[in-house]
Amino acid sequence: MSATTEKRRVTCIVCPSGCRINVEIEGGKIIEISGNQCKRGADYATTEVTQPMRVLTTTVRLENGRLLPVKTSHPIPKALLFDAIKELSGVVVKPPVKMGQVVYSNVAGTGVDVVATRSWD
Amino acid sequence: MQNRELVIIGGGPAGLSAAVEARRLGIEDVLVIDRESEPGGILKQCIHTGFGLHIFKEELTGPEYAERFIRKAEALGVEIMLDTMVIELTSDRRIVAVNGREGLVEIQAKAIILAMGCRERTRGAIKIPGFRPAGIFTAGTAQRFVNIEGYMPGCEIVILGSGDIGLIMARRLTLEGAKVRCVVEIMPYSNGLTRNIVQCLEDYSIPLLLKHTVVNIHGKKRVEGVTIAEVDDEMKPIMETAQFIPCDTLLLSVGLIPENELSRMAGIEIDDVTGGPVVNQRLETSVPGIFACGNVLHVHDLVDFVTQEAMEAARGVASYLADGGKKYDHIPVTAGEGLRYVLPQRINVEAMTGEKQNFFMRCARPMARARLYVESERGVIESRLLSHVKPSEMISIKLGRDELKGVKMLKFILQEEGDKIECND
Repeated sequence: MSATTEKRRVTCIVCPSGCRINVEIEGGKIIEISGNQCKRGADYATTEVTQPMRVLTTTVRLENGRLLPVKTSHPIPKALLFDAIKELSGVVVKPPVKMGQVVYSNVAGTGVDVVATRSWD
Repeated sequence: MQNRELVIIGGGPAGLSAAVEARRLGIEDVLVIDRESEPGGILKQCIHTGFGLHIFKEELTGPEYAERFIRKAEALGVEIMLDTMVIELTSDRRIVAVNGREGLVEIQAKAIILAMGCRERTRGAIKIPGFRPAGIFTAGTAQRFVNIEGYMPGCEIVILGSGDIGLIMARRLTLEGAKVRCVVEIMPYSNGLTRNIVQCLEDYSIPLLLKHTVVNIHGKKRVEGVTIAEVDDEMKPIMETAQFIPCDTLLLSVGLIPENELSRMAGIEIDDVTGGPVVNQRLETSVPGIFACGNVLHVHDLVDFVTQEAMEAARGVASYLADGGKKYDHIPVTAGEGLRYVLPQRINVEAMTGEKQNFFMRCARPMARARLYVESERGVIESRLLSHVKPSEMISIKLGRDELKGVKMLKFILQEEGDKIECND
């Protein structure tokens, strides 16, 4: 029985070249990376196909009914973005809030904080 | 009538950056007028990251970028007049503004910086046929609804135009539970940053249909769908390719227009290509003592460049206040082949505010590798190799006073080079 080869395509965003990188995966392991012009592209593609990470930005409610813009203090796994959004939809914050203040901890079990991206008196 | 030293119209990133720099340069009396109840301009609703990579060397959200400048402005004693709309501007630098506290306010300024920003092109500007139901928004209006007011504009969405705001909204609406059917772009290339194509569309498997446009809008009360079609090389729809896409919302991300009603009122010369004022080396318009920076001057893709330009306008004001509005002759700066425009449109080398002059330009089409030539009446005085130029990404270059000394004209030309591509940083 031969292991199935999966082909993934990643657009590199490390520099303006925007290389289209092809990644071949066999049995969960990367066996070939092509289309990149430099090592940074290969590293980027590796992260993208194994554990892509993103900073999530969204809003939570303030007690006064207005919206408070927030972000995760670090990137979280891309696969957990929707779980994080869902969890944050129930969060209500009491003003005053300072920019950078933690308004929610361990979002979607990632251990990452969610912080306010503006102050509110 | 109030007498003020420097009045800045608009409290967005351009106005705030100019105000901060003006105070740093020792201009005592700096007043910023803004029509909204909070300063920060459009950054307030741009809750995504990607701001500040050049200025702060870190990736900030829009509100964070704005708050840093608001704090600096406050710490430096900049006065910000909010909820105030400037309704009149004259060529002798008189301003009439109106607000609910004082009624009409008349101000005589020694110098003025225009920082009114831009607004979005609407359906009328691109003449889409069809009914006129509810559910058609510009992307920025939808962004305000979602991020500031807390309303969803719809559930099933088609986005026309691949400008950055449209791409950002495709992701934002998807995260908030809407289904974005596709992004339709009439050009053969996207008008957004590559980073946004990847992180806003590819991340969520949202199709980007290049060389396509919306040819009909359906629905009487509410949008029920749109017909899209491929376009030919003359951008004419190929009706055989038309297909119906059901949706309840159409977002338009089809370009921005510098907001120059006040500039025109003051008789300021406007450039047909940029849609903003014609300016000189210190970003002074054709009316002495009135300067311009940011999106009112020309539409930017990065806020960091807006800040840099606004700081240049503040230096311009400082030099104007110092030389008492002395008259200078200018040499013309023009855009040749391969470029849409170059700013500033005219310069006086002797009166440059620094040792180097910044030139901002936009290319006419994407090129993998191109050479930028700077020509004077004596021939080519400078050339630079550029890689991956795109109309959506502004080109900025600096030329030194020595290179420019004695020249009678400047012309910038961008020529595509062979297909050998180097990897750059």
